[in-house]
Amino acid sequence: MPLPIPPILSYALRRLFQAVPVVILIMIGTFLLLKLAPGDTVDALVGDMGGADAAFIERLRIEYGLDQPVWVQLWRYMSKLAMFDFGWSFVYEQPVSRILMDRLGTTLLLMATSLSVAFTIGIFLGAIAARRAYSTTDNLISTLGLIFYATPSFFLSLMMILLFSVKLGWLPVGGIKTITGFYTGWDHVVDVARHLIMPTAALSLIYLSFYLRLMRASVLEVAELDYVRTARAKGAGESRLMVHHIMRNALLPVVTLLGLQFSTVLGGSVVVETIFTLPGLGQLAYQSVIQRDMNTLMGIIFLCSIIVVVVNFLTDLLYARLDSRIKLT
Amino acid sequence: MTEFALKIENLKIALPEGSDRPFALEGLDLEVRRGEVVCLVGESGSGKSLTAGAIMRLLPEPHVHVAGGAISVQGEDILAKSETEMKAMRGERVSMIFQEPMTALNPQKTVGWQIDEVLRLHTKLTRTERRARVIEMLERVHIPDPPSAYNAYPHQVSGGQRQRVMIAMALCLSPGLIIADEPTTALDVTTQLQILKLIRDLQEQEGAGVLFITHDFGVVAEIADHVVVLSQGKMVETGTAQQVLNAPQHPYTQALIASVPSLTPSPPKSFDNAPVVLKGTGLNKTFAAQGGFLSGRRKSVTAVDDLTFELRKGETLGVVGESGSGKTTVSRIVTRLLEADSGAVELDGTDLLACNPRQLREMRKHIQMVFQDPMASLNPRKRVVDLIAQGPIVHGVSREKAHAQARDLLALVELSPSAANRFPHEFSGGQRQRIGIARALALRPKVIVADEPVSALDVSVQAQVLRLLADLRDQMDLSLLFVTHDLRVAAQLCDRIIVMQKGEIVETGKTAEVFADPRHPYTRNLLSSIPGRHWTPPKLEAIAI
Repeated sequence: MPLPIPPILSYALRRLFQAVPVVILIMIGTFLLLKLAPGDTVDALVGDMGGADAAFIERLRIEYGLDQPVWVQLWRYMSKLAMFDFGWSFVYEQPVSRILMDRLGTTLLLMATSLSVAFTIGIFLGAIAARRAYSTTDNLISTLGLIFYATPSFFLSLMMILLFSVKLGWLPVGGIKTITGFYTGWDHVVDVARHLIMPTAALSLIYLSFYLRLMRASVLEVAELDYVRTARAKGAGESRLMVHHIMRNALLPVVTLLGLQFSTVLGGSVVVETIFTLPGLGQLAYQSVIQRDMNTLMGIIFLCSIIVVVVNFLTDLLYARLDSRIKLT
Repeated sequence: MTEFALKIENLKIALPEGSDRPFALEGLDLEVRRGEVVCLVGESGSGKSLTAGAIMRLLPEPHVHVAGGAISVQGEDILAKSETEMKAMRGERVSMIFQEPMTALNPQKTVGWQIDEVLRLHTKLTRTERRARVIEMLERVHIPDPPSAYNAYPHQVSGGQRQRVMIAMALCLSPGLIIADEPTTALDVTTQLQILKLIRDLQEQEGAGVLFITHDFGVVAEIADHVVVLSQGKMVETGTAQQVLNAPQHPYTQALIASVPSLTPSPPKSFDNAPVVLKGTGLNKTFAAQGGFLSGRRKSVTAVDDLTFELRKGETLGVVGESGSGKTTVSRIVTRLLEADSGAVELDGTDLLACNPRQLREMRKHIQMVFQDPMASLNPRKRVVDLIAQGPIVHGVSREKAHAQARDLLALVELSPSAANRFPHEFSGGQRQRIGIARALALRPKVIVADEPVSALDVSVQAQVLRLLADLRDQMDLSLLFVTHDLRVAAQLCDRIIVMQKGEIVETGKTAEVFADPRHPYTRNLLSSIPGRHWTPPKLEAIAI
């Protein structure tokens, strides 16, 4: 008798199976795009060295396999990737996988804090704005949202650094921890948190404004629905209506957006990490592009596409948890 | 204790400035005694649902508000109460049953939770006591297997059961007054009858007063003790059900009752010698249920199973059945808006289902559709004249000629020529359906397929549209395939009917014969479920409203 597979597991396996071709296509596409761009690793290396003779450049190209036709390079890269071998970074003189692992934690931390902040505060403010629709509170919150939405994160970052670090000296300018501090335990956590405040604020405000606006609209819509009227007719008060009947239904579209936006947050982290010199994937990606560090760049993209696929899967699970009408099949 | 469950005196409800009239309701007087069912009858816009809102104090204030009068529920002045006092009354002393049980229940909470909420709000019972009470209520409304229904979500139970859940919720604390706002309008006729009986039974057991809001005189005949008729916010007539139904005094009530289609079909005409225009043979359609690409767990639904029929020239063939019987699928297959799995539809001898796209386009001239919801089926951004002329223009008629024809058609469906340059939203529901009919006639079709064309309309408008359809059919020698769930409508218009159940034809024959002597148990059940079947509307001069 075959073992019964729990539906959630078979669902997860199927999603994984569907994700494979997606990731492969992303990798091939990126590889070819990067090859279309002028310049390669050797050009960057030689540039750093201040120039070299043609024979040396030729030898480097042969050594790195860059003399081969593009499709041969692609095949070699993809077959190594299939074994999770990301190759060697000629810039960092390390295996790419090690660099990625060093940087991944910081980026995930930044994204997790930014999205949680944006999501929690966004839906909270959105719900308040909707319940007090067209009042002064609503106008204030909506205007605030508009300002957040219209402020570019790099500008906000620089202004915050100017105010909180340079003028007031409250927060560190950049980095993820105080290098000379050698903190451990709770002190370490506090130190990292202090370093994360400004980057998180810079990255989350724009998303906060998205969630705020969507939640406001969603709550206003749900509040008009028949079952809310039914609950009123049962004698339920406003706070009960909000908690039990409106919030959960109103959250559904916001959760969808959360999953979709994860990838754009990843993109946004490039700017923020670079400004705050956070040792994360975003900053690494920026440097790899400048230095034509193809292997590292490809590794980052691979990792990011996996993260996006996983997050979308988790969003679907969350969605099914929130909406009783959806069954994972 | 007062004998009145509800007493309304001279109630006025004001509408916001700029509405078509200053008051939604003007001078309503109404009494509901304990143990009595009072029907509040009126067409859309008459102010009947706002009356319910005012009693519950759930009007969308301040835009719409009570501007005068008095409402007392079981002797207590509702209008003088604070919001906190009202919260305590709602659900406990006065409760409501709503029209659409699918949208009126929270999709994210179980059935049990939602009934339980009433008890949580108004009683100090423990969890176990509440659960026992909810299960007892589910039993009382005859829901099979109450413990498992307790844990079901609204989408997991049928429409009729959802309405039973609403009733259980409303009766949970034995309120003295129950307001039922069109509680059976969204239900099939057999379910409707069961729900009406249930409301009546429970109300008799509990001795509650019921204010029953409806637009359907059949339902009134079924359940009412007293009737109040509203028109445009004004009470035009009130009296016992007997009086109002059989000897209406006010011209408006008379006109409404005259519009109720009689259940007696007109004497059968013979079409045996007329040529067959449309013939369906062995039609099948199965829908694969929603399911993922790789899930492999799809359950298919047979919507139409081996359907065969003939429609003769000048004849009207009714397709009747309850929701899910496959009647709409039939109308879509026959017009090839939906591809059948197998079978043939011959239109004047040519198989429509075998046509290639070019031939099909040519054939479409001969078979046209009138849809259920005229608002949704007319493009809101096109002028009426363009909507009607579009078909002929597509088929090669010059623009000027098509527009001229469109104006003639408007006259034919009894709309003024000035309607041509207006947009669909500027018309009432009945006028929009006339536009829909004109649009279908523009190509001079041989067959018109009408899918529930009058079910979204008020009864007086419905009568006018039906009369128009019948006149046009006779004038133009059209053949009509008429899909409807309403047996009264079918009795009025159809020469022959097909009764469908779960995709199959269970009975077919001349309308008069099927109504007089139904052979299949399902047909018998359908006919015996028609609300007000024992009541024959009095013969009155039909007066235009």
